[in-house]
Amino acid sequence: MNNEHNTYLGLVFGAIKTLLIGMKTSIKVYFRKKVTEQYPENRKELKMFDRFRGTLTMPHNEKNEHHCIACGLCDIACPNDTIKVISKNIETEDGKKKRILDRYEYNLGSCIFCMLCVNACPHDAITFDQDFEHAVFDRSKLIMKLNHEGSKVEEKKKEQ
Amino acid sequence: MFDFSIVTNWVHSTLTSVMPEGWAVLIECVVIAVWIITLYALLAIALIYMERKVCGFFQCRLGPNRVGKWGCFQVFADVLKMLTKEIFNPKNADQFLYNLAPFLVIIASFLTFSCLPINKGASILDFNVGVFFLLAASSIGVLGILLAGWGSNNKYSLIGAMRSGAQIVSYELSAGLSIMTAVVLTGTMSFSGIIEYQADGWLIFKGHIPAIIAFLTYLVAGNAECNRGPFDLPEAESELTAGYHTEYSGMHFGFFYLAEYLNMFIIAAVAATIFLGGWMPLHIGGLDGFNAVMDFIPGVVWFFAKAFFVVFLLMWIKWTFPRLRIDQLLSFEWKYLMPICMANLLLMTLMVVFGLHF
Repeated sequence: MNNEHNTYLGLVFGAIKTLLIGMKTSIKVYFRKKVTEQYPENRKELKMFDRFRGTLTMPHNEKNEHHCIACGLCDIACPNDTIKVISKNIETEDGKKKRILDRYEYNLGSCIFCMLCVNACPHDAITFDQDFEHAVFDRSKLIMKLNHEGSKVEEKKKEQ
Repeated sequence: MFDFSIVTNWVHSTLTSVMPEGWAVLIECVVIAVWIITLYALLAIALIYMERKVCGFFQCRLGPNRVGKWGCFQVFADVLKMLTKEIFNPKNADQFLYNLAPFLVIIASFLTFSCLPINKGASILDFNVGVFFLLAASSIGVLGILLAGWGSNNKYSLIGAMRSGAQIVSYELSAGLSIMTAVVLTGTMSFSGIIEYQADGWLIFKGHIPAIIAFLTYLVAGNAECNRGPFDLPEAESELTAGYHTEYSGMHFGFFYLAEYLNMFIIAAVAATIFLGGWMPLHIGGLDGFNAVMDFIPGVVWFFAKAFFVVFLLMWIKWTFPRLRIDQLLSFEWKYLMPICMANLLLMTLMVVFGLHF
């Protein structure tokens, strides 16, 4: 194979062949569906890709329960002090002391979307969603409370 | 087939009946000049829009689509912007040459443009050495580019201009030799004669193998001559900012820009005229019914369809291949393209001598 590319005519025909391969590739792209998103017009049907990091959210199930145990690992992992996990201690009915989540504060204005908090979470309580329209008129609106009002941690199924 | 010379003859006879011939010729010249400039501007707008759209499609995007429906007023917006920009002279630059250069480039482009026959009887410059004139006029452009680089007092401009000079001077040989191949077959250097020869079949079919090789080499050499495609190293955005027209702004830059696009069209139109029959419809010898149907399509449509087809080929090449290095560029020309052209010229001559063509 190398031999034929060293002769003069071999070079010429090899060049023509490779150029034609290139042209074939580009004409395929020409007729392919275009990747351009017509953003403001297609807001309704716009779908971001799966790994897109929009806003940090805490998923709640239909019984208004989340997975956060207020361990604060995300707070520690955050390089920007974006997350504040405010917990409180309560006493359960069987007399045990337990720390539960009071407020989960997330400052969107200082978040760098590094995803270290999501990786640090041992219970998959937080995740990034697809929402990227972050603009607001007041900086205070960027500070969000991620746990819903009156929510509580989802009880583990009794294993023992 | 509609003969446009009926119109021109009628205009001439009407004018001479009311005034002396000198005045009539003067008026006709002014009308033709206005016509050339209008057509030039319209084609430039169409070509720039097409370039941006085709480029977008080749890169899997949509191209301009915000100004007007499908972005069709984008070019008008660009032209307005360019017209309102200030024209300035760089410090310590050679003012006379700096201001002369864009006009040389655009004049060369106008001269070559007026050689193109767009319909039967509708050619502005048509005489027995038309092809020779075209090659000569197109090389005035390189003078303008060299002056632009020299007059700008900018090292990037000068490097771009020197590259452009080296490139155009070398590739003109290949372009000329490819056209000579066609001239050998047709036996005439006038554009009308070359087109008449293709009445019963385009040259690319009549001349078969050597004609196809000449067509391809002409496209490559022509592409290099108008500083486009993989041969755009006189401009080389990433290395020389914009090459020889770095220091130009406003409409002086606009002239270079116009000339660049129109030169591409001229290359495409010359290729279409010489190898694909120009305004001559697709005729197949023996099929009289088919030929009659083809004759209903006006020659203008044939000409522009063929020319824009070749323009699309050139854009396809431009947006597919990466830019060459200057040593690759010159070794490609002198070691590969020109020997192929010469061998091809010899092949065509032998074919004509032994009557092997159709």
